[in-house]
Amino acid sequence: MEDKKLTKKDLNNMFVRSWFLLGSFNFERMQSIGFCVTLIPAIKRLYSKKEDQKEALKRHLEFFNTQPFISAPIMGVTAAMEEQKANGQPIDDATISGVKVGLMGPLAGVGDPIYWGTLRPVLAALGASIALTGSIVGPLLFFLLFNVCRLATKWYGLKYGYEKGTEIVSDMSGNRLRKLTESASILGLFVMGALVSKWTSINVPLVVSKYTGTDGKEVITTVQMILDQLMPGLLPLLLTFLCMKLLKKKVNAIALIFALFAVGIIGYWLGVLA
Amino acid sequence: MSTFEIVMVALVAAICGMGSVLDEGQTHRPLIACTLIGLVLGDIKTGIILGGTLELMALGWMNVGASMAPDAALASVVSTILVIVGHQSIGAGIAVAIPIAAAGQVLTIFVRTITVFFQHLADKYAETSNFKGIELCHFIALLLQGLRVALPAVLVAVAAETGLVTSLLDSIPEVVTRGLQIAGGFIVVVGYAMVINMMSAKYLMPFFFLGFVVAAFTGINLVGFGMVGAVLAILYIQLNPKYSAQSTAVEEIDEL
Repeated sequence: MEDKKLTKKDLNNMFVRSWFLLGSFNFERMQSIGFCVTLIPAIKRLYSKKEDQKEALKRHLEFFNTQPFISAPIMGVTAAMEEQKANGQPIDDATISGVKVGLMGPLAGVGDPIYWGTLRPVLAALGASIALTGSIVGPLLFFLLFNVCRLATKWYGLKYGYEKGTEIVSDMSGNRLRKLTESASILGLFVMGALVSKWTSINVPLVVSKYTGTDGKEVITTVQMILDQLMPGLLPLLLTFLCMKLLKKKVNAIALIFALFAVGIIGYWLGVLA
Repeated sequence: MSTFEIVMVALVAAICGMGSVLDEGQTHRPLIACTLIGLVLGDIKTGIILGGTLELMALGWMNVGASMAPDAALASVVSTILVIVGHQSIGAGIAVAIPIAAAGQVLTIFVRTITVFFQHLADKYAETSNFKGIELCHFIALLLQGLRVALPAVLVAVAAETGLVTSLLDSIPEVVTRGLQIAGGFIVVVGYAMVINMMSAKYLMPFFFLGFVVAAFTGINLVGFGMVGAVLAILYIQLNPKYSAQSTAVEEIDEL
């Protein structure tokens, strides 16, 4: 009997389906239907008996949740394992589920800081800063750059996972993953530091002293001028630390945003902020 | 507003709503959503500027694990409609965006709970290996997420024209709108704080301070910062003894 094998078309089909992984996200099993729908082309190709199809579908309707882009290598590995199983290899359900569950946690741990913690804030801040001038280049730049990175991750991730099959599990536990996570965090934190300083504006126009200089011009010193001499961006930095502390104490982000709005309104009313 | 415009608003709003659950193409981000609504309503420039402003505020909003961010999609779509159709200031747009984001979050939770029903329906279809059925469950759930934004958007678009919403917004005192605009300048630190907390490892914080100080005293732009950051990351990994020690050990084992 000839070995069953996924075709290039099946992989392409899975690639497109994987864009909708989160479509039916729910609080019970999260991305499970999305994962199953992505695997359907593989299940159709590999299993002809109804009973086998049913088992495979149920296998992939189990709880699943990870960072959506980094899900691609997991789908690739799973497809490779299903292929081996369909060809009579002794792989049981628990092994496939085990690999899925085993990969989704660590990979989300890598994907979250890379895509949500670094890539998106950096590109979005770049795009937004251009957009503030009213230029279409801002949104376009963000959209194109982000999606190129996303699609590349999904496409190469899926292929890599499928080709490497089960090998990937040992490959991923090594140092490479930690190096990647740590690099992303360094880059992210460095850029965050710049954003706190450059893209936050707090202005305290309170006048500290006012006198008429020798040239007859009035010289005004405000609190903000003193702060800027000390360290530009000092207030945003302190405010960031305060927010980090409060968030760690489980204060709701929305509550924090509302509180800062109140600070803005009251500050403006008192003349402390402008 | 013409029927065509209302249909287009509904369509774009649905795309943004679906984008906010998918988190793939980023159509739910203010930068994209506001621009698209601006385009549909014939004032793309206002859309872009509002999008940029809201994007900076929402920079750190993200869905990580099971936790959910405020709903940027509904907030962006509705506030853009109000600013353009209701002739409001960008400040008023910001003012309404945040409460709407909070309301949108509640709606999202609602739909994500309804979807549990489709989950169980999918289980049933799996029993009879009904592929089409499972696919339908998936995409109907996605459609509901689109309607979650499209329906409120159409309602607001229609109401904004009657002047009801406009007069309501006009009655907001200047101290509030101006105060909110000022707060908009630093509200973004909440987002930064979320991102930093997520990556937070105390021993990496020097990189944050380095970025801060370099930005405070130089005029390097963000692209430059990205490059310097990447170089620092590579140097750190290369020089860190915890990696070099382990990797040589692995190489030795490989040679054996």
